[in-house]
Amino acid sequence: MGLLDAGITKHNMLITSVDNVLNWARLSSLWPMGFGLACCAIEMMATNASNYDLERFGIFPRSSPRQSDLMIVAGTVTMKMAERVIRLYEQMPEPRYVLSMGSCSNCGGPYWEHGYHVLKGVDRIIPVDVYVPGCPPRPESLIGGLMKIQELIRMEQIGISRADALKKLSEKSVDPQFIIERERKAVGA
Amino acid sequence: MEEGKVISQLVQESAAAYSIIHEKFGSAISDFDANGTMPFFEVVDTSRWTEIALFMRDHPRLKFNYMACLSGVDYPAEGKLGIVCNFESLTHFHHKLAVKVKCARDGGSLQSVALVWHTANWHEREAYDMFGILFTGHPELKRILCPDDWVGYPLRKDYKVQDQYHGIKVPY
Ligand code: SF4
Repeated sequence: MGLLDAGITKHNMLITSVDNVLNWARLSSLWPMGFGLACCAIEMMATNASNYDLERFGIFPRSSPRQSDLMIVAGTVTMKMAERVIRLYEQMPEPRYVLSMGSCSNCGGPYWEHGYHVLKGVDRIIPVDVYVPGCPPRPESLIGGLMKIQELIRMEQIGISRADALKKLSEKSVDPQFIIERERKAVGA
Repeated sequence: MEEGKVISQLVQESAAAYSIIHEKFGSAISDFDANGTMPFFEVVDTSRWTEIALFMRDHPRLKFNYMACLSGVDYPAEGKLGIVCNFESLTHFHHKLAVKVKCARDGGSLQSVALVWHTANWHEREAYDMFGILFTGHPELKRILCPDDWVGYPLRKDYKVQDQYHGIKVPY
């Protein structure tokens, strides 16, 4: 539940935990770094543009790693690029999040066997929080992935590690098959 | 039908262009191959490749002023590496020719034509990068796509990917 949904009365006073306020602020202004590596980047740009309008979630690409807290690895990471990706990641201030978008950056994608020049998964070089499958993923999937990042931020607390937060998140996971079946039934398909 | 006629006319024009080159260089080049898509000949005496290239570019009835492509090829069965160059003559003639030049797979080298057609500069670097073909006389023969410290030549048929690159695992 969002903080503002709680309804504020009593002279705009509101009692909540510091964690809640911090997390709310951070997840409502996720700034990804504006960089794309291959075809997936086109889909990421489409997600940023008016049809899908990421800005309604406060997500707006920044042109400097110093100002970003999210790295969307959108596309094929070549061996040549891999070292640059590490450098960019290290330039980002903490806390930082990484979303791996598309098969290429998840596992090498179409280049997994014969792509001598492709890194087979960006998680070989930097820690990845959320993977979005697809080649390329539709904007809806990317938004889904970004909302997972927001959920992850919601799980965080001062004093607990990222690993713990990820564990808390995975405990809350739902079986997508069940939801798909349910939705199918609802529309009578 | 109509199309077949056009193609064969193209081949005829290319054959005419070939005979001009053949007249000058004789047995230094192979017979003409009337391939319908891309008629070609091979340079037999590879030490005259630059000379042939200049002749093709400058002869008033050839004017091959446009190198459309230069591709590297690996022929492991013959123990050779080679290049295939596609030439056209923009604004002058309709003829097209492909030229094949081969060298030994180990320790062989080819003459560079980078100073004849500037297009060849990057294309020869690519052939060097992917196949390890050495071009003598190239102004700047270094890798163009792979990193400078890459090991091996990726498009050779027997290429095996390196295990690590700068400490990062390469194979899947
Ligand atoms: S996953 Fe598919 S769409 Fe995305 S970068 Fe790779 S090849 Fe392109």
